[in-house]
Amino acid sequence: MSGVRVLVGTRKGAFVLSSDGKRDRWEVCGPFFAGWEIYHLKGSPADPNRLYASQTSGWFGQVLQRSDDGGTTWEPAGNEFAYDGVPGTHQWYDGTPHPWEFKRVWHLEPSLTDPDTVYAGVEDAALFRSVDGGKSWQELAGLRGHPSGASWAPGAGGLGLHTIVLDPTHPDRIFIAISAAGVFRTDDAGMTWRPVNQGLRSQHIPDPTAEVGHCVHRIAMHPSRPGVLFMQKHWDVMRTDDAGESWQEVSGNLPTDFGFPIDVHAHEPDTIYVVPIKSDSEHYPPDAKLRVYRSRTGGNEWEALTRGLPQKDCYVNVLRDAMSVDSLDPCGVYFGTTGGQVYASSDAGDSWAPIVRDLPAVLSVEVQTLA
Amino acid sequence: MIRVVLPYHLRRLAHVGEEVQLQVEGAATLRSVFDALEAGYPMLRGTIRDHGTLRRRPFLRFFACEQDLSHEPPDTSLPDAVASGAEPLLVVGAVAGG
Repeated sequence: MSGVRVLVGTRKGAFVLSSDGKRDRWEVCGPFFAGWEIYHLKGSPADPNRLYASQTSGWFGQVLQRSDDGGTTWEPAGNEFAYDGVPGTHQWYDGTPHPWEFKRVWHLEPSLTDPDTVYAGVEDAALFRSVDGGKSWQELAGLRGHPSGASWAPGAGGLGLHTIVLDPTHPDRIFIAISAAGVFRTDDAGMTWRPVNQGLRSQHIPDPTAEVGHCVHRIAMHPSRPGVLFMQKHWDVMRTDDAGESWQEVSGNLPTDFGFPIDVHAHEPDTIYVVPIKSDSEHYPPDAKLRVYRSRTGGNEWEALTRGLPQKDCYVNVLRDAMSVDSLDPCGVYFGTTGGQVYASSDAGDSWAPIVRDLPAVLSVEVQTLA
Repeated sequence: MIRVVLPYHLRRLAHVGEEVQLQVEGAATLRSVFDALEAGYPMLRGTIRDHGTLRRRPFLRFFACEQDLSHEPPDTSLPDAVASGAEPLLVVGAVAGG
């Protein structure tokens, strides 16, 4: 019997939500790492029992946790993220040079094929890789060493590398996204990188079409079509059909084109989901109605999905890593809110129900579909 | 035997009780005590002192015998009562952040 495991990172711990393939009854386990911020946890596609979790605290710094039994038990792994060589500087909020300083791991992306290989996107923006199951970490320094690196400036939430997308057909190709530098791509397994932001337009930066400096919130890919990427930018929903060489806006009829997460249906590469948020000044849904918007045309034409979601007095946000899909049929879609709800749809978004309502603020949601 | 009292979250992380007892080779200093602590409990590396620089993390303080040792150089000898095990070295998390 198939099943689903939903891995939820929150401001005060991690939770594991489990169900069989019907997805109508859920078991809630946790909190794990109670009291700590869990920015992200994710399972290995190559071994679903292998999970990695980023555990952080303003007092005690970064801890990296690993589970080999699907989240039942955890052990601390390596937590030393040392920038390669002399770190140098990036641009600070006031425009002055500021030394690179490791703050936390925002996102963990396990290898598609090897459970012991995992990538970590960190703040200040850098990409690290472990090939020993998280015991030790090495920076892929070609990214931060890009000539534009010294000009990268933090977004309001920090200079975070928050998105890592692995190309299943080109093992040496990786996409990453940084707030507020933009998208970068490597075609040589992380040795060299180049920005792929052509077509992005950001009015709030000095050169709206600059090669680097865009506040990209998240990018998503369907594994069957790795040249097509979808992006939720600070403003605008974007699409590329040529692996980032050029982007086109596909915001279409969205009520607002600000938001954080974006994800793709497991079986329909042109069906995508976003959660519009009113603005960067007011981080809650427009009209106080929580609506997921779905496009079945790869963008531009969007429909509001509201059944089962609060349609009045709703002032939560949905953060960039807090949406995910399962690969059952029909496709399940999941997202978590800053109000502590985790909503699930087992019919590709047509209807929704909360799995839990009162967790701490949700930072991340990842889904594992279990055989 | 040197006694170290850890804050709640680090006890949970290291799977220990309130107090850890350590054998420290040579003089008892902040450096030698934390070196011994991290050798015995590697998961605590980076959580009290930063990796690399070994500087105290900003929101932590080190107290013993009613003294604040937080700003002492790492090789300063700890009070005799700590070195003898009569009194513990306290690692205290700042009350901050909500």
